[in-house]
Amino acid sequence: MAGSYDRALSVFSPDGHVFQVEYALEAVKRGTCAVGVKGKSIAVLGCEKRSAVKLQDTRITPSKIGLVDQHVCLAFAGLNADARILIDKARVEAQSHRLTVEDPVTIEYITKYVAGVQQKYTQSGGVRPFGISTLIIGFDPKDETPRLYQTEPSGIYSAWKANAIGRSSKTVREFLERNFKEDMDREETIKLTVKSLLEVVQTGAKNIEIAIMAPGKKIEYLEAEKIESYVKDIEAEKAAEAAKKKGGRGGASASAATGTSAPSGGVTGS
Amino acid sequence: MKNPTMDVLLGIRGKDFVLIGTSKAFLHGITVVKSTDDKTRALNDHTLLAFSGEAGDTIQFAEFVQANTQLYTMRHSSDLPVSSVASFVRTELASSLRSRHPYTVNLLIGGYDTKKEQPELYWLDYLASSTEIPYAAHGYAQYYCLSILDAHYRKNMGVEEVAGLMRDCHEELKRRMPIDFKGLLVKIVDKDGIRELEGF
Repeated sequence: MAGSYDRALSVFSPDGHVFQVEYALEAVKRGTCAVGVKGKSIAVLGCEKRSAVKLQDTRITPSKIGLVDQHVCLAFAGLNADARILIDKARVEAQSHRLTVEDPVTIEYITKYVAGVQQKYTQSGGVRPFGISTLIIGFDPKDETPRLYQTEPSGIYSAWKANAIGRSSKTVREFLERNFKEDMDREETIKLTVKSLLEVVQTGAKNIEIAIMAPGKKIEYLEAEKIESYVKDIEAEKAAEAAKKKGGRGGASASAATGTSAPSGGVTGS
Repeated sequence: MKNPTMDVLLGIRGKDFVLIGTSKAFLHGITVVKSTDDKTRALNDHTLLAFSGEAGDTIQFAEFVQANTQLYTMRHSSDLPVSSVASFVRTELASSLRSRHPYTVNLLIGGYDTKKEQPELYWLDYLASSTEIPYAAHGYAQYYCLSILDAHYRKNMGVEEVAGLMRDCHEELKRRMPIDFKGLLVKIVDKDGIRELEGF
């Protein structure tokens, strides 16, 4: 057992753990999945939407993807209420930065800031860490290079080509590792994002949310119908792949073959 | 009561747009320091703030207002309407006035309310009075322009008519003002946003 070391924050356990931070990571793991992918000239965020209850108004229920500034977009996994506070702090910092140096924030700067706030909450009295990990995408001012960063409750931040956080993020990350290509165009990037989310989102298009950032442009949220069409394309591709395998190996072993290749290994990109 | 400035701020509300003109001279006493100055800041897609007054105070205050309206946009994913911007600015000026170091800034706020689908023009001074009016001016320009506007302003004027009125004011100012204010920078705010208007 943890004994009494997890009663107060900023107290190490004898073997060097700060339990509250590890519990926060657990909250992240239970949050819905979020994916970020960089293409050649765009960055895409994808989110698993929690399925709404019958009477819930999905139109005005807040989303897991938020804008920090016109050129910075943030998605999170973990406790929604914690995220709201953290995003607001980031928004204030983004404007404050504009006011003091007359320049929009760089993606690295705002990531460092968010991670800095998260770190502070692991070392101050009377508070608990933020139960969220974030993915931050965007473009630096006057720059065409897409950026993707991740922050964690401990205050760690890191840069990625593609990454996933939240529930089943390991499965999704492994999928991205297998299927990521350098310099993907817009369509490929969005498709990879949707495809990776479909690894863990059973209910399909209606529980997926996609946001796209391009240099010098406003954020673009993909419409439900568009996502639906991506999902249909992907499913058709998967079916075709499966049929091809079936035909190639002959009738007898067909059922076994599809059985083993179905989950994720079936669609190897390269 | 402070002395009026030589800086020109002019605003005229038309049928579905607002025109705002500001002098391009950056003055320091009687010296022209710069002749391409822009005394406006875009607060959001449909609101333009023009300012004159104590050097330093003006830009500091304008950019403070700009940062806060932008923050509102990011927080609520929708723009603060013009009337609300004016209320916010007035509150800030009123509390500033009663502080140890008040801002000495006079302002015009021109904007297009996309919900109400109508243009609005607000006149505010450093004593924190605010009012919505069809045409407005600050500084010495008031003395020369308001009479012209009183005589020639009509309701529902088009862009060309209002631009003509602005040109008349410009001519009068050039004729009567003792210094060269280096011409007007004129911007239009309508449903499509904020643009510079050529030909001044």
